[in-house]
Amino acid sequence: MLEIRNLHARIVDDGTEIIRGLNLTVKAGEVAAIMGPNGSGKSTLSYILAGREDYEVTEGDILYNGQSILEMDPAERATSGIFLAFQYPMEIPGVATMEFLKVAMNEQRKARGEEPLKIPEFLKRVKEAAASLSMDMAMLKRPLNVGFSGGEKKRAEILQMKLLEPKLCVLDETDSGLDIDALKIVSDGVNALRAPDRAFLVITHYQRLLEHIVPDSVHVLYRGQVIKSGDKSLALDLEANGYAGVIGEAA
Amino acid sequence: MNMHTQPQRTPAETALIDAFGDRLSLLPGDGAVMLKRDDAIEAIKHGLPTRRIESWHYTDLRRLLNAVPDFDPAAMTKAVAPIVEGSAVLAILNGKSDAKTPAVEGVTVQRLSEKLTDGSVAPGLDPYGSDDAIGALNTAFVADGYFVDIADGAELEKPIELQNLQAGGQTHVRLMARVGAGAKAVIVERQAGEGAALTSSVSQLVLGEGAEVTWLIVQEQPETATHLAQFKAHIGKNAKLTLFVMNAGGRLVRQEVMVRTTGEGADFKLRGINLLAGDTHTDVTMVLDHAVPHTASTEVIRNVVTGKARGVFQGRINVHQYAQKTNAKMACNTLLLSDDGEFSTKPELEIFADDVVCGHGATVTEIDHDHLFYLMARGVDEKTARGLLVKAFVAEVIEELDDETIVDALEAKLDDWFVTHG
Repeated sequence: MLEIRNLHARIVDDGTEIIRGLNLTVKAGEVAAIMGPNGSGKSTLSYILAGREDYEVTEGDILYNGQSILEMDPAERATSGIFLAFQYPMEIPGVATMEFLKVAMNEQRKARGEEPLKIPEFLKRVKEAAASLSMDMAMLKRPLNVGFSGGEKKRAEILQMKLLEPKLCVLDETDSGLDIDALKIVSDGVNALRAPDRAFLVITHYQRLLEHIVPDSVHVLYRGQVIKSGDKSLALDLEANGYAGVIGEAA
Repeated sequence: MNMHTQPQRTPAETALIDAFGDRLSLLPGDGAVMLKRDDAIEAIKHGLPTRRIESWHYTDLRRLLNAVPDFDPAAMTKAVAPIVEGSAVLAILNGKSDAKTPAVEGVTVQRLSEKLTDGSVAPGLDPYGSDDAIGALNTAFVADGYFVDIADGAELEKPIELQNLQAGGQTHVRLMARVGAGAKAVIVERQAGEGAALTSSVSQLVLGEGAEVTWLIVQEQPETATHLAQFKAHIGKNAKLTLFVMNAGGRLVRQEVMVRTTGEGADFKLRGINLLAGDTHTDVTMVLDHAVPHTASTEVIRNVVTGKARGVFQGRINVHQYAQKTNAKMACNTLLLSDDGEFSTKPELEIFADDVVCGHGATVTEIDHDHLFYLMARGVDEKTARGLLVKAFVAEVIEELDDETIVDALEAKLDDWFVTHG
């Protein structure tokens, strides 16, 4: 489903190279965990997948279902089924959450040639999704993410993911800022979406999240490259011994 | 009107002076009113204000008002649907009030032409100081409008909508309102029309003790019209006034706001939205006098600038010597969406009391790229996402109004503008 080939990318503003020859393949139905120390390029990778303009790909390619996505803008990538759950979801004053959800869902439907949702159907879907994440509907009456706690923002991201039904879900440190109960709720939300035709890229610092969202593969990112790949036991190994050993092996 | 002798009259000045001679015999008024008119035209004979006059520095009226249309008494226009369904509509069509007005309990409506003829409104016709070109222009030519009296204790269920609809040519109208003690009302002032008109419109409001009024000015003149307007209010003891101004049209627009707190506990809110497009000039100028102790005000102005539009906000807050415990806050935020647009902000605080809290702030920004990315990352295309963010920037001010029917009505107006200019 996702194939990243020898990807090199830098920050547009100052030319700093962050991704330096990254290779990664994720199959449909797979949950791939990306781990790595601070500054290894994990969040950058998520932004590049989503199409953020602050980064420029200088070499290599990103294939999604066999097609390069490099020329697609963020909206086109999203409507083709790529979803990024942000590490720090933006607060957008003045944009009502419900209005935003409706616009986003209908824009995606439009791009797929589907009719816009009728209001009752839209409300039903939002209510069900919110209930499954133990979210209060009153929260959704507020402007988008404004005044939400860290945990509420993360839940709101998963709510959007549920409603938009993407095919490639990129979760950027979704566990950060969550207490153990919220972590459980969010993880259950993600697990409920696991499907044979859907892949996940779970970016995290800690093994903790992977106890709840059990990965099929684990990849260690260091200095913009995948330096080691393995199964879920690799995450346990990292938790026990830190990154130093893996980094030493690669060097 | 100003101390500089103009070397030569502009075509607009000449046209106004000539028009006064032609119109004089048709203008209503007793002796006192006609004296005020004579004084007012004298002021105009001294010349329209230029950028050398401080309060007109960013809007050089003498230069910008380059043509004045003739009066067109035969032109016709029709009243329009009110922005809030069920409102009592008082229409002024091509400068003329209607003899038949809807009956609203607790409200007395008179045609202003009658009040000019009997001279009872003469004392209110004096311009606001020597640089008040709009006041002088209006006093010289005002022919009609309405006088609305809301009885003490009356609580109006539905808004009153005053519609000033021009049909080209010149129109000069005045809307006077007295809101009695403890009364509550929402008043909508619609300013619109069809032609390359020159309109002057002066609104005067007096709020009695404990009265609560929301006054909404919705200005949607065509991009050929010159619209010169003034809103003056006195806010009595414990009375509350929320003034909402939406400018969404006009070629040359100046909306002046002159407000005075006259009783302790008076509260004033100004909320303004300027939606600027094309090759236009829009100026909102406020002079607020905190004249007594323990009064509060907040002013929030949001501007969206596109095309070659130019905008101005001048906000002057005078805190008088005895007006202790005044609390005043002013903010002006601009979203600049084109390289050719511009916006000038001039806050002024003049404080003679020593125990007050006053502040002001101004920002000019572009669309936040992080916000844009976030919306696009959910599949919203760039144009729609930009539209959502621009609308959000101004909608925040509307949503503060807290009355669902009004918020919906104004947001619909906002949508209208974005459909045409988005």
